[in-house]
Parts: sequence; structure tokens; C-alpha cells
Amino acid sequence: MKIPYYPGCTLKTKAKNFERSSIAVAEMLGVELVELPKWNCCGVVHSLTSDDLIHHLAPIRNLVRVQEMNEEKLVEDEFRLVTLCSMCYNTLKRSNLRFIENYEEREKINSIMEREEDYKGNVKVVHFLEILRDIGYDKISDKIKKPLDKLKIAVYYGCNLLRPKEVGIDDPENPDILETLFESLGAEVTLFPYKKMCCGSYQTVLDKESVADLTYNILSNAKEHHAEIVVTSCPLCAFNLDNRQEIVRSKHSEFKAIPVVYFSQLMALAFGLNIEICGFDSNYISALPLLKKKGYLKNK
Amino acid sequence: MSKMIDLSKEADEFLKKIEELSGEKITSCIQCGICSGSCPMINEMDLTPAQIMLMTLLGQKEELLKSKSIWICASCYTCTVRCPRELDLSKVAEALRQVKLRLSIDRIDINKMDKADLEELPPIALVSAFRKFTG
Amino acid sequence: MVKKDIMEEIAKANKSVIKGVDKKDIEHWATIYIMGKAYRVPADLTIMQAMEYAGYKFIRSCGCRAGFCGACSTIYRLKGDYKLQTAMACQTRVEDGMYLVQLPFSPAEKPIYDIDTVEYEENSFLKYFPEIARCVSCNTCTKACPQDLEVMDFIQAALRGDFKKVAELSFDCIQCGLCAIRCPAEIVQYNVAQFGRIMYGKYGFKENEFLEKRVTEIKEGKFDKEFKRLLSLSGNKIVDVYKKQQATKSKYLKKGGKK
Ligand code: SF4
Ligand code: SF4
Ligand code: SF4
Ligand code: SF4
Ligand code: SF4
Ligand code: SF4
Ligand code: FES
Repeated sequence: MKIPYYPGCTLKTKAKNFERSSIAVAEMLGVELVELPKWNCCGVVHSLTSDDLIHHLAPIRNLVRVQEMNEEKLVEDEFRLVTLCSMCYNTLKRSNLRFIENYEEREKINSIMEREEDYKGNVKVVHFLEILRDIGYDKISDKIKKPLDKLKIAVYYGCNLLRPKEVGIDDPENPDILETLFESLGAEVTLFPYKKMCCGSYQTVLDKESVADLTYNILSNAKEHHAEIVVTSCPLCAFNLDNRQEIVRSKHSEFKAIPVVYFSQLMALAFGLNIEICGFDSNYISALPLLKKKGYLKNK
Repeated sequence: MSKMIDLSKEADEFLKKIEELSGEKITSCIQCGICSGSCPMINEMDLTPAQIMLMTLLGQKEELLKSKSIWICASCYTCTVRCPRELDLSKVAEALRQVKLRLSIDRIDINKMDKADLEELPPIALVSAFRKFTG
Repeated sequence: MVKKDIMEEIAKANKSVIKGVDKKDIEHWATIYIMGKAYRVPADLTIMQAMEYAGYKFIRSCGCRAGFCGACSTIYRLKGDYKLQTAMACQTRVEDGMYLVQLPFSPAEKPIYDIDTVEYEENSFLKYFPEIARCVSCNTCTKACPQDLEVMDFIQAALRGDFKKVAELSFDCIQCGLCAIRCPAEIVQYNVAQFGRIMYGKYGFKENEFLEKRVTEIKEGKFDKEFKRLLSLSGNKIVDVYKKQQATKSKYLKKGGKK
């Protein structure tokens, strides 16, 4: 199965390990993520004012690329666009919904785009986690080489996978898609009441201290419930929960670092993929000591 | 007997402008406070989300545009999914920010940003922050 | 000032195109509006020649007159068309009903960096040009570019830290500034591109082994004899040698060498 894939800028720079591990995991499951031949930054955040169309050009332009891919037969009658980054997912999907519903606005956007063909409103934006759900968790279990049964994992959703409701991949108040995935990988998924609480998002640029406070609350909550490692699907969550632990530790001397990794990294580990593909060496707080202790890295 | 609050012309215009920009019917807020109770950023705010709604309703332009809260909102949409009146406060906050940004008053001075931060921050952080904090 | 003399000389040479022709011999005329004032000019002139015909004298906004230096950036609209167009004045013929103005200069901020110490890393572009994160992908820059470059695409590549792509896509940039003037995100695309090319040239470009081999050969004196022979030739002989060499080259190219 070949599906058009939108990487987003951060997966090409600071989160290469997220992309590499996801592509490898997808391949194991018979899915080829075909990168859009040409794409632009989606803009990360959905533009929320009613009169502002210009900021929707970026997402819509990327959707036009999916139409082009079908015309050029790079994929076969496949109008789903997969993303890995939660924020790309949210931005692309929300714009898509707006312009599918609103024909007049879509015409306007099309006329401003000028050089591209018109967007016809026929693309469906999906998150990779939804593809995994569609493949079926039993098929995922079949691929396990190293069950994650020695790990206590907290799954962190953040905001953009779940909210607002029409965009979310799961119930915005009681999601369990990540829990089910990791249970099917054999892991013990811990209770984590703060799994949907925002990490502070872009405030990390303006006010890292307050983001560090949120990180402290969220991760302490995970640790109270005995989590040893946290997984996420958003490079901004990852940055805030992982890198901002440096500030947390300078403020709270008793706070012990906890690794935060992408869900695909642990999937790659469970599938027995090469440790380089898992990319644990590029997380800020390394998960390697934990994985070693649990016997996941025997030959190292 | 019902009592009506008389809004000045400017206050009324401001309310209308925010309603138009946000696309939200602010007058339907019932001040239940669920948004404030759900907001993860509340500790950093000087006005609570429910206060923002009320003050917009009353057209208190100056206080709102001065407040920290409109910039602190992280667009997490927690209030959006919980509001019993299906109001989207994240859109109201964005509208208020836009009123300022469209006057060319930025919240962040890109020129003065720390080089070490620029090296460390992922593009996703910079792109989103510039979208929210510069016009 | 030597420089001004040269400019005047070039302008004079160029004027042969527009002077010395009798008005009644000119068949086609166009009316253009320079900064709002109407002028009737011969229709086959470039914008630059037409302005000179109209009596303007360039002391800026004019350099190579050949489409290379990027000095003569011009914006215009055509009668009855809402579109704002861009052009290089020395490369574009006038059209009837053109409202135009030349941009004497496009103000730009260029950060100071030391290419010996700058890190060749994915975030280097953002470190020196953080404003590229403001790009809204409107593609206005691409539409404005007189060199037909994919300007938006190289800004997007810069955002992803892709030096190679920035260098390749921006190779023909003449720094005319038209993209920067039009950008709603206030990005100075050509400075970003220049940074990309310099960095790619220094750190990303694979050294060419043939070049190295040839340099060693030169150093070892392999061509000393030939150099000496050439230097001893008279002017006419040199021209002959050059022509012969060109002929061989074109024969070789026709035979199937690439390009
Ligand atoms: S969300 Fe981010 S990382 Fe994703 S493409 Fe958009 S800007 Fe770039
Ligand atoms: S938790 Fe933070 S980064 Fe993650 S989705 Fe929410 S805002 Fe985004
Ligand atoms: S939750 Fe909705 S109705 Fe309640 S105060 Fe907030 S905005 Fe008003
Ligand atoms: S969207 Fe803004 S106001 Fe609403 S809960 Fe999130 S941070 Fe608070
Ligand atoms: S990229 Fe910009 S500066 Fe360079 S040639 Fe094109 S318009 Fe001119
Ligand atoms: S004009 Fe500016 S904002 Fe628009 S695509 Fe080009 S660089 Fe981006
Ligand atoms: S004068 Fe140099 S490009 Fe036109």
C-alpha cells in the first residue's frame, strides 16, 4: 500500500529519528509512505480568525500536491495524506475541513494560488496512528520480536491529536488509541491523568520557564503512576517535555529525568529493527540506560 | 423587570469586531467558568478565560489588549471541547491578538532573540510562535 | 570619478540604438507612464532605453545593461490589468499603456556571519534568518522573480536546513530585490540564498578530484612549456590559436560530450 506522506520541517531537522523509525515501522507493516515530491511548511498552527485566508494557502497547497501525485501515478487512486507530526496533522486537517465545507472560500484560495491546479476538496488528512489502527493491532502484534513487557509506559497525547473534536483522531476526553497500540506491543501502559494536558506549545519560545513548570507537572504525574518512559507523537511536545527537563532539574533538585520518545521509536524497538533506526541517541534525555537495564540492548 | 447594560458606541463596535473576527457569538456565554477551570495556562494569566469573555462582551478594549492572558493562551482547545455553549475561546483570544498585531505591534522581537535559543529550538516552535506573536 | 565616466560611456554606446534615427522612420510607438507622466517612445525599446529616450539619466538603477547585475528592478502595471508585474528594465521591452517605476534600491538587513565558524547544521538558516519561519507559502516571491526562480521553494528548503537545495534553486539569483519587496513576511530571500550558496560551497560541495589533479599538474610544471609558448605569441597569432581552440571545442561538443 502506497500512501502520500507529508513530513513537515521538524521531521527533516530536529526530529529525524521520528521520521526514520516511522518509515521503517510502516514498511514492516506493508505500507510505503511516499513523501510529497514538493511540499511547504504547513504553518504549524491553524489560523483562527474568520477573515484570514492567506495562512491557509500553505496547508491547501500541500493538499493540491496529493492531487498531483495521483495524476502523475506516484500513488494509485490514493487521496489520503498521512502525517506523523501532530501539529501538521491538526493544521492540514482543519484547513481541509474548512475549505471542503466552504466552496466560496475555496474558490478564493484557488484564485490566489494561481500557479497550482485548483484544490478540489477530495483529499483526506490522516494521522499515522489512524493507519496503524486500520491495519489492525493483531497484525502489529504479529511483528513483535521484542515485546515491550518490561517497560512501564505513559502515553502522552497533548492537544493537537485530539482537539477540537472534529479534528481529533479519538474521543477528545477519553482517548485510548495510544494505550491500545502499546498494549498490543506487550507494554504495561500506566495510568496517566495528565496525558491530554497541554505542554505549553509555542510558549516555549516566549516563556520557557512556564513551559518548564507545565513539563514538571505533567512528568511528575506520569512518574507518580510509575511510568519509566513517556511516548508522544508531536515534535513540539517532545521538545518541551524532553529538552525543557534541563530547566526543570535546575528548579527542582529532587526531579529525576525521565526519557520522552516518539511512539515509533519504541515500535521499531519492539519490531526488532536496527538500533540506529530507533534513533534513541538523538533524544535529549537518553532512553538507552533504561533500555539497557531492561535487557533490550543485549549486544551493546 | 429586566435590566439592560447600555454599551457605549465604541464598546459595542469592539464587541462586534471581535465577534466578526472570531466568528463566535460571545453574547451567548453564560459565564459558567468551565473554560477557566479547564485552562492549563491559568496560572500564568492575569485575566481568566471566562473574564476575557465577559470583558469582550462589555467591550473593555483597553484592558483586554493590555492583558497578558491573550498572549498566554496556547491554543490547546481544552476550553473549546468543554464549553457548554460550544463557544471557541481560542478563536476569541486569536481575534484579540490580531487586533494588536494588525496595528503592527508584535509580541516578540525577532531581532532580539537569543542566538543559542534559535539554534536549539525546533522549526515547529519558531514557526508557530511567529504565527501567534508577529503580524 | 572614474566610475561615473564609465557609466556615461556605456550609456552613450547604448544610445546608438535610440539616437540617430529619424523620428519619421519609426513605425511603432508606445505610450508609457513613468512615475505617472506620459511619454511616447519607440515601441521596440527596452524600459531602460525608453527612459533614456524620455530624457532620464541613470545615476543608479542601472549597471550591466545585460540582465546580470540586478540593478534595474522595475515594477509596472498594464492598462486594464490589476496585476502588479516585475521586470528588469534592461531586459524588458516597453508595452503600450505601461505604468512603471524603477526601484532605486531595496533596503535589506544582512546579518553578519563568519563562514569559518558558522555551523553547517540544520538550524543555521534559522539562527541567522529567523524570519524565514514567518513564510506563509504565498508564492508571491516566485511570481515576482524576473529570473523565474522557485523562490518560495528555496526559502522552504532553508527552513528545513537543506543547503544543497537552496544553493541549486537560487543559483541564478541576481539579487534584484523584487522578491523581498513583495514578501508579506518581510523576508530578504536573496540574502538567505547567498548564505546558503556560500555555506554549501564551503562545506557541502564535494571537492572535485579532477580539479585537484589538474592543480597538482600545474604545480608540477606540466604546462610550463605551453604557457611560455603562448606568452611569446603576437596578438594576431593568439587570436588564431583561440579560434582554433573554439572550433575544436564545438566539434567535441557536437560529437556527444555533454552540453
Ligand atoms: S507543523 Fe511544523 S514541522 Fe510540521 S510542517 Fe508544519 S511547520 Fe513544519
Ligand atoms: S501538548 Fe503541546 S506541543 Fe503537544 S500538541 Fe499540545 S500544544 Fe502541541
Ligand atoms: S465555558 Fe463557555 S459558556 Fe462557560 S464561561 Fe467559558 S466561554 Fe462562557
Ligand atoms: S485554548 Fe487557551 S484559553 Fe482555552 S484552555 Fe487552552 S490555553 Fe486556556
Ligand atoms: S530570487 Fe529575488 S533577488 Fe533573486 S533574482 Fe529572483 S526576485 Fe531577484
Ligand atoms: S513571498 Fe515571502 S511569505 Fe510568500 S512564499 Fe515567498 S518567502 Fe514565503
Ligand atoms: S542593468 Fe544590470 S540587470 Fe539590468
